[in-house]
Amino acid sequence: MLALENVHTYYGKSHILHGVSIEVGRGEVVGLLGRNGVGKSTTLKTTMGLVRPAEGRVVFEGKDLAGLAPHKVAHVGIAYVPEDRRIFRLLSVLENLRTGLERPGLSAERRQALLEKVYASFPVLRERRNQAGGTLSGGEQQMLAIARAMMLEPKIILLDEPTEGLMPRMVSQIREIIAILHREGVAILLVEQNVPLTLEVSSRVYIMEKGQVRHHAPAAELRGNHAVIHQYLGV
Amino acid sequence: MTVPIPIEQILVQTVNGIVSGMILALVASGLTLIFGIMDVVNFAHGELVMLGAFVGATTLTSTGSFWLAFVTAALVIALFGAVLQASTLRPLLGRDPLTTILATFGISLVLQKYALWQWGPSARKIQEPITGQFHLFYLEYPWYRVATAIFAAAIIGALWLFLRRGKYGIWIRAATQDRIMASAMGIPVPLVHTLVFAIGAGMAAASGVLFGPLGGVTQTMGFDFTLRAFIVVVVGGMGNLGGSILASIFVSLLEAYASLVVSPAQAVIASFVALILTLLFRPTGLFVPTPK
Amino acid sequence: MTVPGSIAAPADGRGGAPILLTEALTVRFGGLTALNSVSLAVRRGEIRAIIGPNGAGKSTFFNCVTGVLRPTSGRIVFEGEDIAGLPPHRISRKALARSYQITNILPGATVLENVRIAAQSRHHSWSLLRHYRAYTDVLDRARAILDAVGLRDAEDGLAANLSHGAQRNLEIGIALATEPTLLCLDEPTAGMSVTETRATVELIRRIAKDLTILIVEHDMEVVMDLARTITVLHYGEVLAEGTPAEIQANARVQEVYLKT
Repeated sequence: MLALENVHTYYGKSHILHGVSIEVGRGEVVGLLGRNGVGKSTTLKTTMGLVRPAEGRVVFEGKDLAGLAPHKVAHVGIAYVPEDRRIFRLLSVLENLRTGLERPGLSAERRQALLEKVYASFPVLRERRNQAGGTLSGGEQQMLAIARAMMLEPKIILLDEPTEGLMPRMVSQIREIIAILHREGVAILLVEQNVPLTLEVSSRVYIMEKGQVRHHAPAAELRGNHAVIHQYLGV
Repeated sequence: MTVPIPIEQILVQTVNGIVSGMILALVASGLTLIFGIMDVVNFAHGELVMLGAFVGATTLTSTGSFWLAFVTAALVIALFGAVLQASTLRPLLGRDPLTTILATFGISLVLQKYALWQWGPSARKIQEPITGQFHLFYLEYPWYRVATAIFAAAIIGALWLFLRRGKYGIWIRAATQDRIMASAMGIPVPLVHTLVFAIGAGMAAASGVLFGPLGGVTQTMGFDFTLRAFIVVVVGGMGNLGGSILASIFVSLLEAYASLVVSPAQAVIASFVALILTLLFRPTGLFVPTPK
Repeated sequence: MTVPGSIAAPADGRGGAPILLTEALTVRFGGLTALNSVSLAVRRGEIRAIIGPNGAGKSTFFNCVTGVLRPTSGRIVFEGEDIAGLPPHRISRKALARSYQITNILPGATVLENVRIAAQSRHHSWSLLRHYRAYTDVLDRARAILDAVGLRDAEDGLAANLSHGAQRNLEIGIALATEPTLLCLDEPTAGMSVTETRATVELIRRIAKDLTILIVEHDMEVVMDLARTITVLHYGEVLAEGTPAEIQANARVQEVYLKT
């Protein structure tokens, strides 16, 4: 469904992605692991159209996304939850969610139904729905960022380090949310540094190093392969 | 200076200050919205006021209706603003600020000369729709002035509601806070920019028509508006809508009181003093909470 | 003086006091503690790497040492002198130089010019009448540095036309030109290809013979290759310190990196 083919991305002269190729099938949860600075976030940003690749293609459902503005990429069915969450701090929780609901062709009933669904999965958001986004705790903001992406009813969500800075209790909440999304058939490209979580929820995992994909295996295989994990992620 | 100023004069100047303040607020809110969402410092904003006044004057002459002239001017200049932004400013998005400053400054020169060519060198007049006065202390105060302030307040109130409710309000506020994330949420940011510029232009045109009966319509009237609007936007906090409205009234009151002791032409110094003090001591704006 | 969480620096192999020493270095930003009582000692002549997961405080530490950030409390002692809170240009005069993550070269000047200007800063005179070409010793020194960083052949080209890797190496050259005794490198191989990285590692190894080097890096291969001692930071504290072999064998460090 989604394929990055030999993508090279630069920030100015800095060559961040050196020919990255990744695939995510319909409804799949795919993990992307790697140390800091290897280009994981850049991979997601290139997919979302926030950065233009210098070489290579991003193909979604058979269509080349070359040059599409990020809002058009969102319309095509890709949603993005960035590493720093990027909640609209001055908008209320409800208004944050509405940024994803104000789409053409969405009836008022459907909007209400989507809101109810997300409130059921994240009761704390219902409680705080009229509070400004900036007043939420870190964990609540992460919930909101994911819920906001769900409002787009995407076919795939790009999740950038959702557990970063969260307490262990919240990490299991993230695990549950990923499970819910997977049950609903939403594909996920999960960038993480938390190895156990990633191996648990993903069917396949790519490991990156220095702007390249260095290893690609089913998660089941990697769960027992400590050597590879240590090589690319340990010290 | 120990010249005692009678309390009635101060009260009358307070009313005058509020009236000018509300018209200025209409201009400044458009300017601050535009800056807040697309980082464009619109040096041509005063010319939009001027063009609005001219279109209003012309429409009034041909139809005889002030309110028709008002609505026509606002709509025509809003549309013009949209076309202007989409053609000349949109391609400049993301460039350094100097580029947009130069571009809008160039546009202001072009618009001034265009007005000269289109309407000739003589000033126009807009007849006020509400004649009659009421007794205010020692003066016969025109009803129109009060009506202007109320009307401007109503427009600003409508803008506020528009931004707080409705789909476009959310789009505008989201795109102002985080342009990139708004885009990632499917909000068509380039379109929102054009919309905001159109709204700002329309409001500027509206103030031009409202101001017409008070000060006349000339090709060079725009500059004073641009100047004062910039002072207000800085004093009120750049990009801060509530701040620019409060600052408009504040600065206009300062000038009104100052013109009790010096001539009105010199009274504008009061605005500059407010600007300089703000930049020195509270550069993020007087009406903005101190950043932590 | 031993501080919990750090390993007291062993006796310096080359004799003498450490070239850089921090004592209980703490940085707080409002409610956030970025560095918590970090004490370490860098021995003269070694290559010391600072590593740690995201948010560990590596950049904060680096910025304190190089004078970009003022610590909340604690001491930074360089060559026996207290430098905590000094501005960057004063620190540079004291022979501590740094390179930057976002390339800081002068793109419109030639490669030689870039290094010459830095070299000249060490020997400025107030004479307005002498042409820069008259300072032959400065030019010689600049050329020697270009030799060291492998850019001598490109000396007359514009710095803007260099490849990314070459630009980062030029940065190192500019830092070298200020004649430091301690060189601080901030992610010197970021954005480089594997080949460029290898070349930079060789470069650093070459120049390390006469210098002490403090390096912040994410690339583990580079770190393990170059460093004599590694300090691991985690949540603003020193988690472990030791040789590459010791760090790789340290279970707690692996845990922290793999989030198990």
